[in-house]
Amino acid sequence: MKSKGHLLHIAVALAVVLVAFLITNSMENRYYYKASYVVLQYVVLATAWNILGGYTGYVNFGTAAFFAMGSYTAVALIKLWKPPLYVLLVAGGAVSGLLGLGIGYLTLRLRGVFFSIATLALAVVLQMFMTNWEFVGGGAGTAILKPRSVPFFSNYDEFLFFVMASLAVAAVFVAWLIENSWVGRGMAAIRDNEEAAECMGVPILKLKLFATTVSGAMMGIAGAPFSYFVVFIEPSSAFHLDYAVNSLAMPMVGGTTTWLGPLIGAVLVGTAQQIATVTLSAEMNLLIVGSLLVGFVVFAPEGLVGLFRKLRGRAMGRSA
Amino acid sequence: MANRIVVKNLEAGYGSVQVLHGVSVEVNDGETVVLLGTNGNGKSTLIKCIMGILPHTGGELYLEIDGERVDLAGKAPEEIVNLGVALVPEGRRLFPMLTVEENLLLGAYRPDARKDIDRNLAFCFEAFPILEERKHQLAGSMSGGEQQMLAVARALMSAPRILLVDEPSVGLAPIFVSRVIQKIQELKEKYNLTVLMAEQNFNQAVKIADRGYIIVHGQIEFEGKDTDELRENEMVKKFYLGV
Repeated sequence: MKSKGHLLHIAVALAVVLVAFLITNSMENRYYYKASYVVLQYVVLATAWNILGGYTGYVNFGTAAFFAMGSYTAVALIKLWKPPLYVLLVAGGAVSGLLGLGIGYLTLRLRGVFFSIATLALAVVLQMFMTNWEFVGGGAGTAILKPRSVPFFSNYDEFLFFVMASLAVAAVFVAWLIENSWVGRGMAAIRDNEEAAECMGVPILKLKLFATTVSGAMMGIAGAPFSYFVVFIEPSSAFHLDYAVNSLAMPMVGGTTTWLGPLIGAVLVGTAQQIATVTLSAEMNLLIVGSLLVGFVVFAPEGLVGLFRKLRGRAMGRSA
Repeated sequence: MANRIVVKNLEAGYGSVQVLHGVSVEVNDGETVVLLGTNGNGKSTLIKCIMGILPHTGGELYLEIDGERVDLAGKAPEEIVNLGVALVPEGRRLFPMLTVEENLLLGAYRPDARKDIDRNLAFCFEAFPILEERKHQLAGSMSGGEQQMLAVARALMSAPRILLVDEPSVGLAPIFVSRVIQKIQELKEKYNLTVLMAEQNFNQAVKIADRGYIIVHGQIEFEGKDTDELRENEMVKKFYLGV
């Protein structure tokens, strides 16, 4: 029974990747690839944020730091010897994962808002560091040339779209695995009552470090292809506040306790932002996110998933 | 197979404040021992030391699990839980936003308990039918008495050999206190548990205790070999019975 469920999920995941590949062979308009890339990137970031923020209950305001560290690791490697993209993904993930592990160790005793402030400070410190590191462009930024061609794809943007789609599928799959394991159950216990979790024999230290590391690594992987995507990278864009706010708001809108929440939130909010950018103005993005966030916190604190469950519960209660 | 708790001259505290000044307590196999003391005398501190949540600064603290001695100094709580020690914490400390069933499953977090999870869940529902009725309800939405039952059931999910119970009577109506105490006794007999219970409700505690200690300001002031000895003690008369 259980293994059947696994097989079904794996099949769906592979189907999504296949569809993404087929799209790149049929659709021409490059704008859609750019826009979809951003949305998919947020699927990864929101899912990564949710492993620490939603499952374990530690609100991270430093998404931009982990994302940008992935990007700048890639930039440094591109400047050095221009390795293939998968090397950049692995390296970006490793650096941000280590950063997550370090932050986990440093902030273990901080709970609630104090942890959040520490992560926010991390982003500020790292941005300052990158602004002063001339090798990767410093404050003025640097242009990154993307490879001219790539096998199986007609241009590099389509390839990046496919890569990000695969990463999004992988991220959601990892979140699903965690959620349905003893690791995820332990994280839920920490979120709900850390002292009680300790008494029950939940290894809270290990699980918190696991959460900060995996969450950080996923953000770093999402950031690794960023410089190829934007072509020109500077600290103020890589460390943009949008990443921190969006990756927090999207799970909140979707629902923080399941893998489905950040996926739904990222697709809905991310798409709305892309449409608003084109039809209204680029500055409207944060306004939309802000209003949605306030609305959901007040009216549906458990997000769309929670709202749906509540409505279904009511409907079933009526019919019973 | 013997399961014992042995505490010898234990010293512990919080920062510069020492709470336990050389406490010695033994709980032998299959016994229910009560640790009597009013608030602030070190009952919970001793329990925290045994669970590994608070490190002790002096003395000896070891368990005998199936006759084998295991020193607890420097052990993390999850290692101690995995030896077969379970705690019903003071004030219950449930997971209020998780369902009753999820709370119970978390009780079986220790690796040794996971393989028997279905069987233990069935035992819990048999012992506490109300929990099966409410398994999909959030733990925080139940009454105090039901929550205490859940806290006891959750501890049993780890299939413990040694059960620590910290003030089960706190915040409960007298009728629920009686029921909880009764339940602990039933379960102890059924699973042959070794039980250490910290309590300040003397009359309830002696219903099921084999013997007990009185702790005052972090020191054992009196050791009663049976409940009659406890009842005859002047301190008990004065502080707990109001005679």
